[in-house]
Amino acid sequence: MTKEKRILPDSNGKFGLYGGRYVAETLIPALEELDKQYQLIKLDKAFQQEVSKDLQTYVGRPSPLYFAKRWTKKLGGAKVFLKREDLNHTGAHKINNTVGQILLAKHMGKKRIIAETGAGQHGVATASVAARHGLPCVVYMGEEDINRQSLNVFRMKLLGAEVISVTSGTKTLKDAMNEAMRDWVTNVDDTYYIIGSVAGPHPYPEIVRDFNSVVGEEVITQSFEEFGKDPDVLVACVGGGSNAMGLFYPFINTKNIKLIGVEAGGLGLESGKHAAPLNDGKEGILHGMRTYLMQDEAGQIKETHSISAGLDYPGVGPEHAWLKDTGRAEYVVADDEEALEAFKELTLIEGIMPALETAHALAHVKKIAPSMKKDEVIVINVSGRGDKDINTVAKIEGINL
Amino acid sequence: MSRIKATFTNLRDQKKKALVTYLVVGDPDIKTTLDLMEVMVSKGADILELGISFSDPMAEGPTIQRAHERALENKTTLSDALDLVIQFRKKDSVTPIVFMGYMNPFEAMGAEDFCSRASKSGVDGILLVDMPPEESQDFTKATLANDLDLIRLIAPTTDENRIRKICSGSSGYIYYISLKGVTGARQFDVKEVESKVKSIKSITDIPVVIGFGIKDADSVISVKDLAEGIVVGSALVDLIAEGKNQISDKVSKKIEELSSALLRE
Repeated sequence: MTKEKRILPDSNGKFGLYGGRYVAETLIPALEELDKQYQLIKLDKAFQQEVSKDLQTYVGRPSPLYFAKRWTKKLGGAKVFLKREDLNHTGAHKINNTVGQILLAKHMGKKRIIAETGAGQHGVATASVAARHGLPCVVYMGEEDINRQSLNVFRMKLLGAEVISVTSGTKTLKDAMNEAMRDWVTNVDDTYYIIGSVAGPHPYPEIVRDFNSVVGEEVITQSFEEFGKDPDVLVACVGGGSNAMGLFYPFINTKNIKLIGVEAGGLGLESGKHAAPLNDGKEGILHGMRTYLMQDEAGQIKETHSISAGLDYPGVGPEHAWLKDTGRAEYVVADDEEALEAFKELTLIEGIMPALETAHALAHVKKIAPSMKKDEVIVINVSGRGDKDINTVAKIEGINL
Repeated sequence: MSRIKATFTNLRDQKKKALVTYLVVGDPDIKTTLDLMEVMVSKGADILELGISFSDPMAEGPTIQRAHERALENKTTLSDALDLVIQFRKKDSVTPIVFMGYMNPFEAMGAEDFCSRASKSGVDGILLVDMPPEESQDFTKATLANDLDLIRLIAPTTDENRIRKICSGSSGYIYYISLKGVTGARQFDVKEVESKVKSIKSITDIPVVIGFGIKDADSVISVKDLAEGIVVGSALVDLIAEGKNQISDKVSKKIEELSSALLRE
């Protein structure tokens, strides 16, 4: 069962066709070095203990697996459990990855941390660990995202990070990632780039997946404690796909468990205004990886749309592309309206306000749970909390805060 | 003999260095690009690198990023760039043309389709910034089949083993990146460039050109004797950006400055 785990990505950093290392020559040696150091250190007992201690005492792991009793009753079908990543320090799953990567950065002797961010959650998670380890931190964020996530921008600044506004291209996450890469290529000797999703050139998709896998690992144990068997269906939202990979990965070889990723349907697939490359995209190359992309006939990357900044990305992690092609996971969409409705429903019925990203996963569960058997179990990764989205939701409701 | 090879052979016989100039196709429009290509050649450019615009030009500094954006605002495509070369070749059948860009637009056309059209249109080589040797099987095959040169980058961070690997899959020339950074960046360290180019030359006979950070007569003079040529990009694109009606005059003066610096003892 663990055999397949070690095969992917292969030695070229590929998941089937996808992944790889499509970057300018200057960065190749840095990526090779990162891969070498990571492969060594991940087997190191002391390093594992250090990560696990930080996850426990700094992040607050394990996060609970919560039975959504009232929501389950309302949906009238499968039992719904919530994996509470929203309870983590800094409010989302993103911290799992930054806690691990900053230890790797220190181990490699790097003196400066950079990151890209969309909604700001990864930026906050990076700024937090950088503050804790006393390393200077620069976060690149699209001008557009800075405007819609001002709270997170201020959080990062309070944490001592420098937030640089990116004004090129569409001024969103993809452009922030371009700019972070440009910084890295310029300062490659002393700088560590903490990528926030299972995206980018090899070995990032592997590293970010591994550090997030703690989510799925905990679900294995907690499922036995809570309901005495494996879950039947796992559901998570997919932007770049790190929270989904974290939940799915430990279950990939348990083939009877269904894996469902939910992409941002935006204003609907037919409108073209969405962020669902696995549902309505084409294979291509961006940010150092081969994967499904939202692109036009000429190979230019298209502008995306989603109510949630964290899903507003034209690409997706290469392992998801591979899971889609092999049929191991299924990828569906939930649109803006469905997400908003699910956001409100969970808040009212369970007293848990999810992030708008997570709300996409919840919206899909609303569609499938009612027709499932009562003894079947769905586990949803509640990837983050909704506090950061209050302004967005208020604006839609026409409320001035 | 390919146009690129012929150009380097001629230059060597005359004990001269190559002036390679870069501009983005469609910045600010195709007609201007065609005019500028002719101006550049008439004032002393030996090889033309045509930037193919991409929505996410990861290795470019602000100057060339904006040029890509301007070209995309005009909806310039890879097909337009091929048509432009057909126009250019009506008057100039000698000056080599290299397409420089990012993989995705080229893949969207297809490696074989692109290379066969490029070859027929009069393109001589391609340089895909985000295509390391490990990911280049399709384009290696298609460039070979269509007699195009596949030009690759070597960086200050590239070690000797990797230089060997890169050179073994390259033709036309090697593009040495003078610094760690993006296009249009700060000054490079001449000593470092010298020692790296020496180690490349100990490994391959393929001509080497040096690019990134070369912007005026002084920077040309500081590196010109180290290799077979130099590349100037951002300094020209800057002139195009501020341009209006005097673009052609400004570019013309700049090329004169650079080519006379190359001839200086």
